Amino acid sequence: MHTRVMHAAAAVAAVALSVTLVAVFPRSILVFLAFQGAMLFVYVARIPGWLRGGLLGLALVVLMPIVGYFNGYYLEVATQVGIFAALALGLNIVVGLAGLLDLGYVAFFAVGAYSWAIFGSPHANLIFGGDVFPLAPGWFYLFLFVGLAVAALTGVLLGLPVLRLRGDYLAIVTLGFGEVIRVLANNLDKPINLTNGPKGITPIGRPPLPPGVPPAEAFYFLVLLIVVVVIIVNRRLEDSHIGRAWEAIREDELAAQAMGVPLVRAKLLAFACGASFAGVMGVVFSAKQIFINPESFTFLESIGVLAMVILGGMGSIPGAVVGATVVTVLNLQVLKGFSLWLNELKNAGVTVFGYSLANLPTQLEPAKYERMVFGIILVLMMIFRPQGIFPARRRQRELAHVQQEQPVVGP
Amino acid sequence: MLFEARGITKRFGGLLAINRVDYALERGISSIIGPNGAGKTTLFNVFTGLYEPDAGEVTFRGHSLVGLRPDRITALGVCRTFQNIRLFANMTAVENVLVGMHARVTLGLWDALTHRPRFHEVERGLWRRGGELLDRVGLRGKANEVARNLPYGDQRRLELARALASEPSLLLLDEPTAGMTQGEASDLMALLRRLVVELGLAILLIEHNMRVVMEVSDRVTVLDHGEKIAEGLPREVQGDVRVIEAYLGRRGAAGGSRAAP
Repeated sequence: MHTRVMHAAAAVAAVALSVTLVAVFPRSILVFLAFQGAMLFVYVARIPGWLRGGLLGLALVVLMPIVGYFNGYYLEVATQVGIFAALALGLNIVVGLAGLLDLGYVAFFAVGAYSWAIFGSPHANLIFGGDVFPLAPGWFYLFLFVGLAVAALTGVLLGLPVLRLRGDYLAIVTLGFGEVIRVLANNLDKPINLTNGPKGITPIGRPPLPPGVPPAEAFYFLVLLIVVVVIIVNRRLEDSHIGRAWEAIREDELAAQAMGVPLVRAKLLAFACGASFAGVMGVVFSAKQIFINPESFTFLESIGVLAMVILGGMGSIPGAVVGATVVTVLNLQVLKGFSLWLNELKNAGVTVFGYSLANLPTQLEPAKYERMVFGIILVLMMIFRPQGIFPARRRQRELAHVQQEQPVVGP
Repeated sequence: MLFEARGITKRFGGLLAINRVDYALERGISSIIGPNGAGKTTLFNVFTGLYEPDAGEVTFRGHSLVGLRPDRITALGVCRTFQNIRLFANMTAVENVLVGMHARVTLGLWDALTHRPRFHEVERGLWRRGGELLDRVGLRGKANEVARNLPYGDQRRLELARALASEPSLLLLDEPTAGMTQGEASDLMALLRRLVVELGLAILLIEHNMRVVMEVSDRVTVLDHGEKIAEGLPREVQGDVRVIEAYLGRRGAAGGSRAAP
């Protein structure tokens, strides 16, 4: 009992303290990390569910926008975390639950992004002629569903021919598919200009916002809302016969089929569900960025999302969210901060072991370490915690009532 | 006839694994025996749709099974276990059983997403039946154990429960007592007998444990080199000269050193 109270007090204190710190030091990356750490602590602390939900809700719905008021960049980071969390959750269905290694996942994100980019900007006039486009901002909300549907359809179309493949072969084909979509986006500016090629599409319309809400805050809330919906959908799928069928396919495809799971249908459904999340977020992404071009949808992005899923823990919903947070924050803040810090050392002419950092050749510029450090972190993670940060836990079900009702019939 | 196969032939490259085998069963427990490599498991794989036969016809309650996907065959009421246990290793025991019910679940994607009252009702029913089936095969209290952590004998029982979950009328068991002690094997056979009586199941066994086979089977079929060499009551088959030859080799025949089971 005592530990519970202590945990609860600590959780409340952690959130309150970190928010105060952010207000005092709005420029410090460490302080923002402390704020995120506080949320993580609230999630794992042994406190009652209502308190956990309340604190997390408070932190995400009220405190985060306030933090964003002190430092707008943090809100941008939080929004990006949300976007990637939805992508990671989508990929988690395909890779984590159904066990189908998809290396071209960002293609679905691209499909969603382009579906709004084309119609939400004047670009569509080049395709259809006339002067109808861009569509009115209100159409954005309908396009969330259009993006979902188009991405899901793309997922099915990709799935149909390749689902007979397994493991490595599937991975290679999906990798190729991701590249095909990017190359298409790059080259479909002729004969009909669908995507405007490498130049990209701009300006992409933004949705109508409630009066008085700045766009950054509005997008933050929109992304938060979508992530919440995605989490609910993910959980419901996981806890149904559909989720169990996916996991069975991951564990043993042949046995799953012999037990009555229609393989092709179940796999297509996994592809379509995973893709649809990416499609929705693609629509949001294009509206948020105002400008998109094929460079936003490279192979590296697919790998990044996959890293989130694996780092967080395959098949685990909290894992996917935490993985998305860790990777995004690493990329946007920590590694940037690290190389800035190294640069400062260099400019200050600090000497290490009698060697002046100022003499460092440009090839070894700290900014170039970012990827390497990220890689090292991934490797270390896979060595010391291969199951991920929050590995999927098997839910323990209470079947006691069943066993009371049943007479002994065992052998 | 509940289940009938005629003229089944299956080749793998130059190897004739099954050669024009006829098989029929109506009810009760039937066994297929034969030396290693006789084609028993291949025949099972043909029956359950994992392999398509090169020739021949398989019918179950008048439906042809040839060319049907394995999940369709399971839905029709023919389900199986595997020689080398193929459980869903990282799922719990009861989840394994629930997957077995997949073909009987009448819910769709929409039900799962919206959590309509019907969803909870059906899910509750599935979990209850899962618990019952585990009880039935003697895995009471192990519902939440992850399958890979179960002892070998329990894994075999779990595979049986999972197959039963699909509500089959014909159950194909590929060496269900492998790795069990004589006592465990007898318990399992008693359970199979009860299933036949209580659920009206027909059961087809591949079995190496001769004591088990002779004790429990209503009818025994012997395969050798992909051909049916004997069929009949356990007693009759035991005394069949060709069967003894198949297992022990012909007296004085050179190179006929196949091990007895």
